[in-house]
Formats: sequence, structure tokens, C-alpha cells
Amino acid sequence: MKERARSILGTDQLTVPEIESILKLARRMNPKSPPQLLRGKRIVLLFYEPSTRTRTSFEFAAKALGATTTLITATSSSIEKGESLIDTGWTVTLLGADVIVMRHPNSGAPYLLSRFVPVSIVNAGDGLHQHPSQALLDALTITSHKKKHRGLRVVIVGDVFHSRVARSNALLLSKFGAQVIFCGPPDLVPDIAATIAPGVIACHDLEAALHGADVVMSLRIQKERLSGKQIGLEDYIAKFQITPQRMKLAKPDAIVMHPGPIVRGLELANEVADGPQSRVHEQVANGVKTRMAILATVMKRAR
Amino acid sequence: MISAKRSTLLIAGGRVIDPSSGVDRDMDVVLRDGLVAELAAPGVLKASARETVDAKGCIVAPGFIDLHVHLREPGQSHKETIATGTAAAAAGGFTAVCAMPNTSPVNDSVEITRWMQAPEREAVVRLFPIAAATVGSMGEKLTDFAALQKAGAVAVSDDGKPILDDTMMRDALRTGTRLKLPVVQHAEDSRRTAGCSMNLGPTSFRLGLRGMPNAAESDIVIRDIALARETGAHIHVAHISTTEAMEAVRQAKKAGIRATAEITPHHFTLIDENVGDFDTHYKMNPPLRSAADREAMIAGIMDGTIDAIATDHAPHAFHEKQVEFECSSMGIIGLETALPIAITVLHHHFKLPLWRIVELLSCRPARVFALEGRGTLVPGAHGDVTIFDPQKKWTYDASLSRSKSRNTPYDGWKFIGKICATIVSGNVVYAD
Repeated sequence: MKERARSILGTDQLTVPEIESILKLARRMNPKSPPQLLRGKRIVLLFYEPSTRTRTSFEFAAKALGATTTLITATSSSIEKGESLIDTGWTVTLLGADVIVMRHPNSGAPYLLSRFVPVSIVNAGDGLHQHPSQALLDALTITSHKKKHRGLRVVIVGDVFHSRVARSNALLLSKFGAQVIFCGPPDLVPDIAATIAPGVIACHDLEAALHGADVVMSLRIQKERLSGKQIGLEDYIAKFQITPQRMKLAKPDAIVMHPGPIVRGLELANEVADGPQSRVHEQVANGVKTRMAILATVMKRAR
Repeated sequence: MISAKRSTLLIAGGRVIDPSSGVDRDMDVVLRDGLVAELAAPGVLKASARETVDAKGCIVAPGFIDLHVHLREPGQSHKETIATGTAAAAAGGFTAVCAMPNTSPVNDSVEITRWMQAPEREAVVRLFPIAAATVGSMGEKLTDFAALQKAGAVAVSDDGKPILDDTMMRDALRTGTRLKLPVVQHAEDSRRTAGCSMNLGPTSFRLGLRGMPNAAESDIVIRDIALARETGAHIHVAHISTTEAMEAVRQAKKAGIRATAEITPHHFTLIDENVGDFDTHYKMNPPLRSAADREAMIAGIMDGTIDAIATDHAPHAFHEKQVEFECSSMGIIGLETALPIAITVLHHHFKLPLWRIVELLSCRPARVFALEGRGTLVPGAHGDVTIFDPQKKWTYDASLSRSKSRNTPYDGWKFIGKICATIVSGNVVYAD
């Protein structure tokens, strides 16, 4: 289990003090004048799935700390020739990687790798399962606007079933005593979703969910995932789009978040996405700081 | 090749449990010329000039019969061969195994059915093929049941590729009725389980894995029972795993329909939560179900709804199991751990009497597939005997398995109950 201790795989495995220490470190990180904590370290970005913000922010974070990075993608490597995940992991490890930052379409892939290779793994998103760095940067964003997590009413709206962001956030927020309301049509928010952590409920009525909300987190809707479901695109927009009118149900100081990429005109009305309550740009900016803190933390633990 | 040895074997000092004849007392057993010759009170039969097996402190039972194994030959000998699979069977106390047809190519022909039983395969225990019910298990055209039965098949099944079409299933059952051949169904509505890799429930949601609903199993079981009622056929439900399917079989039996069911040791021992953080040793099909389903499995064993414990022994190579959870092959090896799990879980924990465990492993499975002269120790029966110590404590070490594969969740488990010796046609094929 020594290998596990040096990796960040999911928010369920992080303790409250561990999360607080990462957030504290993230607040101190300044990408413009960074401490050279990872000078001479080699960080491999192993991306089996496309990504813009996560990949770029991990790369900037690593470089800001003085590390060198290499990007490996599925289509331009031995992975395309059918190399197994464990073999690829060993290859990267033996070539001298200190950390593997990994994005993979299959839930659990980084857990598999962490059981076999003696190198730190940072999960940058696995299937529908976890996206811990996103949940941590979201927590950083929330804490800079809300005094404490305990008792916060956080509404997560959209395709919860297919969302690793929803799972990671719910597990993290629950640890801090927040109330999490998953909201969306039953196909995308199955009742079973509420079992993920204490203080989580599933709700199919957006107005009811938004009432008294402190944080409104919108998720991306992949249009193709609505096909074959009971709810159509128009219907979704009518019932679940976050509009200025609906935001009036939330607390006046409520903030609006979205992990990106936003599908314009679908999940959020433009007035909300670009409005005064939106913290979407801040989330992106917090991404680099948080990922700097994550990399510094796993390397500190590895030493 | 198992040949009847022209000799005599005395099994002395043990407690004979033979549910087929109601025997449960200390007795010595003599096997002669490959058959059970006589049973007598301890010490009456003279041991001189005979080969003797000391069964002191042990249970002497009719040879165990596994209705559901995958031996991977022909075509996938990197996972298992008939020789290695049946060696594992012998080590697990099984004197006969029924081999599923999902080989490569599928066993849908007389040639493959005969090939599997040929002496060149070097089977250590008796092998009974289960032939495919449809050509290539494609669900489109029935195989020649009569010819396959004549060649040695004891049942037909499209295991792993369930027959979904009502007309095709009705035809299979009708033909089965005429020939007195059981039709075995892996009950899974595969149209509702595409892309699923475990049971639908809180654990599948937490892990971000697509889950199989109970109804995908039970709806097929309910449909098959209705067709069995209509056709008078014998439907055998493979590896039952859900509360609803168990209830359907229970009611079918009450209504006098010829429905039988087997259960695997893992479905009465483990639950979906055991998948933990994506441990592929807990990935099987049917998947491990909820704690409530597991309780229903225990209840079905207790009240006699279940006819047999079958292992669904499913060997896979390391590189087929140690991959991303959704990509991993389904199933685990199980021949060597079946009895120890049954004793540890069913006998010691749930207080199921030993004779019931013996019944579920020998005489009732023999009856399910009508295996003449097996699952019993009455004189004249085949000299197939399993001897085990119900009290022995030991730790399972998967690296010592006789199977070619190592895919088991039980490595390092502490068990109570161990096989001491396995005898097939009067020959000791395994001794601890």
C-alpha cells in the first residue's frame, strides 16, 4: 500500500486535513513567481483521452515548479500498437518518470496502474469515476467566496450519471459537511446517485433544488448522451437550463460554476455564464495553482 | 484415460455420508473393479492384501459433480486444458465435471464432443460435455441434439450467449423434452447489459461503472420457466444470482415444473461491494450482487430451491484479467475452493448440515443431468468417492493451484474443510 500513499487517485481517499493542506498550498502558489519545488523532476502526462484545460494546466503547473514534462497520447505511442496499460506504465517508470499524470476513458484505470508501478500517479480523470484535481480546484474556488463548507447548499445540475466531476465533488464536499443536491432528469440523475456519500440527495426539479442554494455547479451535457433518453434537448433546456430567473431562487450571494467546456445555450443561459455570479474564469485560473499544489504534495510524500 | 482398475480399494475409518441412500455413520467402503462393492461396519472388512485409504476423522462421500466448468479446450489452451482443468477438479474433490461449450470453436458438433472425451486429452476425472444448443451459439439454428447426446453430451446450452428469441428457446426446450435432455440457460438479457461490467447498485454508481439490473437475469428465468411449463421440458438455470430469479424457481418447483438451479460459491459468499477499487478478481458474469441478493441465495440453499453447487470455473490468463476493469475478462477459477467455501460459509457460518453440502455437491447434481450410477455409494455405483476433512483449517495459496490460471479472489483466504482424497473409478487421482 506504499504506492497508494504517494498517489492522488480520488477524493474519497483523501482525508480532510490532506485536502486542507493541498488547498492551503494552492493559495500560496503563484504561477508567475513559483518556487522551484520540482526542479529536475520528470512528469509524464499520460493522456488516453483528449483534454484541453486539464492537460494544459497540469503542464503549466509542472513547468512552473521547475519540472520537465512529456506528453504521451494514445494515438502517437505504443498504446496504439496494443501495449497494455501496465506495460506502458512500467516503460514510463523505467524511463525515469517521477510522477504519472493520467487521463483514461476507463473508470479505475489509474487504480490498476498504481497497484503495479512504484511511481506516484495523479488521476486527471478516469471514465465516469473521478476527477480529483477538478474537485480540489472547485473547493479552492468555493472557499474563496464562502467562509466554510459546513452547511453549504451545493446544487450540481446536469448529467450526473456520466460525470466524474460530480462524483469527485460530492465525495469531497460531503467530507466537509456540505449538503449536495444532484439535479437533473431521472435518466441522468438516477436515485441511486444519492448513495454516494452522506448528505447527498437526488432531485428532479431544478426550481426546488435551487431554492436557497449557495453554490450552483453546472455540468456539461453531451448531446449524444441525450439521444435515446426520455428527455430531448429542447425539453432539457426548458426544464434544466440555469437562467437568470431561476438563479433568483438561490441565495443572493450564490456563485455559479462549470467545469468546462460549456456548451453554449444548453446548460447555462449566456447571461448566467457571463454574469456577475459566474466563477467560471476563476475556476480555470485556480486550475494551475491547485495542480501545482497537487504535484508538490505527491512529490513531497514520495521523498 | 480413466480405466476400471482390476483391483480392490478399502476406504477405512471414515464417516460415510451418502444422502442418496440416507447413510450417515462410520463405515468402511470397498471399491472393486472400479465400482462400489460393499459397505460395512468399521473393522469388519479385512484390509489384508488390499490397497487401503485411511479416512480416519474424514467424511467419505459420493464423488462430487460440477455441473458448470470452462476447460477452454479446444482453442484457448493458454488459459486451461482439459488435463490441467480436470487436475484442479480432482484437487477440489470433483470426480466428474460438465464442460461448457463456449470453446473455440464452439462445441456444437459430434466431432468436438468426441474430441473432448478422447483419451488423448488426459482427463484426470470424468468429463461430460455440455454441447451448444444452437450452431456456433449464434441463436439462429438448433444443433443436432440427438446426435450430440449420442456422442456423450449430457445437456445443451449457449452459455454466455443466452437464447433470447422466444421461438428458438421454445424449439430448444421441445427438442430437449423429446430426448430427455436438459436445456441449460445462462439467464441474461444481453440487450440490457451491453457495456455493463458489474451489478447495478450503489457500488457501480460510486465506481462510475455501468451496472446490470437484476431484471436482466430474472426476466429471462421467468420467461424460460413459462416456456418449460408449456413444453414440459427440463430447464436448468445456470449460476443463479438474483432474489427475483430464486423466487421464480421456487414457485416453479411448487407448481411441478421441471426447473432446476445451480449456484456458485461466489454468489453465496461475496457481494458487489467486494469489487472495492476495481479489483478484477471480483468481476464475473453474472456479477456479484447486493447483500440482500446474497441473503436470498442463502435462503434458496437452505430451503432446497437450489439443486447444486457449481463452480463456473472460468480460468483466464494474467494479461486478460489485470487490465482496465471494463476490459477485463469475466470469471474466476473455482474448482479447488468450492468445498472449503461451502463448509466455511454454509456449514460453519449458516449451520447447514454437512449431509446437505454433500447432497448439493454429489447426488443432486447427478440427478439434474441424470448421470447414472453417480452421486451415490450404493453397491454397483461407479467407484467415485470424495474424502474430506470438515475440520481442517488451512490457507489457500493460489500459486499452488493445479489450474493453469490464477484468477481467484480467494488467494490467502483461511478456510475450514479440506479435500483429503479423490477417487475416480476406484483409482486415487488426488491425495493431499
